[in-house]
Amino acid sequence: MKNSVGREIPEYIESYGQVKPFDGALANYGERTKTSVKLRSVKPGDNKLVETIDEVLDKVGIRDGMTVSFHHHLRNGDFVLNLVMEAIAKRGVKDITVAATGIFKIHEPLVDYIKSGIVTGISVNYIAPGPVATAISKGLLKKPAVLMSHGGRPRAIESGDLHIDVAFIAAPTADSYGNMNGVQGKAACGTLAYAVSDAQYADHVVAVTDNLVPYPACPIEISQDYVDYVVKVESIGDPNGIVSGTLTVTKDPVGLRIAKLAAQVIEATGYIKEGMSFQTGAGGTSLAVAAEVRRFMKEKNVVGSFAAGGITGYMVDMLNDGLFRSLFDVQCFDLKAIASMRDNPKHQKMSGSLYGNPHNRGAVVNNLDVMILGATEIDTDFNVNVVTGSDGIIIGASGGHNDTAAGSKLAIVVTNLTKGRLPVVKDQVTTVTTPGETIDVLVTERGIAVNPARQDLIDKLKDTDLPIVPIEELKNIAERLTGKPEPIEFSDQVVAVVQYRDGTVIDVVRKPL
Amino acid sequence: MKINKAAQAGALESSDVLVTVEPNPEGGIKIELETKRVIQKQFSKQIEKVILETAEQSGVEDVLIKAQDKGALDYTFRARVQAALQRASI
Repeated sequence: MKNSVGREIPEYIESYGQVKPFDGALANYGERTKTSVKLRSVKPGDNKLVETIDEVLDKVGIRDGMTVSFHHHLRNGDFVLNLVMEAIAKRGVKDITVAATGIFKIHEPLVDYIKSGIVTGISVNYIAPGPVATAISKGLLKKPAVLMSHGGRPRAIESGDLHIDVAFIAAPTADSYGNMNGVQGKAACGTLAYAVSDAQYADHVVAVTDNLVPYPACPIEISQDYVDYVVKVESIGDPNGIVSGTLTVTKDPVGLRIAKLAAQVIEATGYIKEGMSFQTGAGGTSLAVAAEVRRFMKEKNVVGSFAAGGITGYMVDMLNDGLFRSLFDVQCFDLKAIASMRDNPKHQKMSGSLYGNPHNRGAVVNNLDVMILGATEIDTDFNVNVVTGSDGIIIGASGGHNDTAAGSKLAIVVTNLTKGRLPVVKDQVTTVTTPGETIDVLVTERGIAVNPARQDLIDKLKDTDLPIVPIEELKNIAERLTGKPEPIEFSDQVVAVVQYRDGTVIDVVRKPL
Repeated sequence: MKINKAAQAGALESSDVLVTVEPNPEGGIKIELETKRVIQKQFSKQIEKVILETAEQSGVEDVLIKAQDKGALDYTFRARVQAALQRASI
């Protein structure tokens, strides 16, 4: 069958089940029921502190077919996923589903567990290009991987679509009764936002820490009433992989031109205004957009209500300069962001659900005015791919892409028109991650295209000297530069299911031949 | 044009290509393209055609052309192949 973005998807996928096809970004709102939670209540005098991960596995009764969850606040410095999976593998337990909010290069040991059938399922909302993504693309995983968004995952957990048997939460600091925070300890990472839904809904919740402090571990982010066990290990992560070095504005002239054009679009469409809200990524071009927006805000003397997302030192500077009244932070990218979140009450953390879940009583993305997004590919209907490279190999997952695009009033994709030899604007993207109906403007170095559905924006931009062109023209320019790519051939085997944030299937990834 | 020795043009920088040419004792124009898999799959035929045409237009009959590609566009391939052939024919 075809879904509403025209993608051919099976009605039923083996080991995934019946497919609910994507039917529009706003098709699935209304009354919702959250799933119930099973827990073992803790009586006075009970001890939660456990000596080893192995002992934890005994206590939670780890067995074949369970789903265990992990969270990527330690990013490429995370040791916890590997530590736990190694202990599980040693026991000969198999058919495990790993529900991780993020998978990085450091998680390469998963590939062997996939090959040996210890891990047969993966659900993930951010995945870095690398060994695990490639193994999934090759079809080594027994069940198709499920790719979600940062808001879609908490939705799936809260609705019961994704049941977590055991959540292992990396805690940079914890006390022996399960209170955790991410702002102290040698693996300090800032917020633990992605783990919050798991803590609330998993059958068993385990805090894994290398910094056990006397009770209580204030400032508490995830509290004791959600936590069954606490286990101390030597190290939960490598600080060098946890925080990024200083993330700076790009020096690439093409990136700077794109950023300038994007900021001019924001200004010309009236979004540089008192109380504005803004989100951008941590990449060089995204930060360059922030720098240009900052200039306009200063010129016009406006103060924004908030900036959101993964927070970098650059956004902290904007907060401290008085350009925004507050920050909403789902992930701290650098030490400056961690310190700010710890010390400044205007720097507010938000859980993954608060950030982007479409089925709660309103996520922060709904309050966003302007969102700056990237793209691996974008088609002439403005559908965006951030999941697969042009060769069909998995290189990412939505992250907050389709959440923020849906919520924000002005969703702008900024990208080079070509990346090396590869055209970015195409007739058809390899995989749809974010539907074109939620993308408003595409800004490239060779022109700006406005989604025809946004006549209001077209009207506001038509009397400016900005280079507004139809998106088809950008596609033609890209093809003139690179030549027309030969189509990639795929087998019928579905290796990953791409869920939209509401749990419907927006596309599938088939194994490339 | 006769290829007398090995010569290079270009660079292993992003969006460029390093072209190495040398005499081909077996005769004919032989092309070796090294590039990223994603480019190989979608553009290798087109790139090999551009290299072959550029060599033929230079009047070369026997040459081994090795192209180490970092995402170069057609005009870059033409320029680098021409330059390498010129250098090899001096």
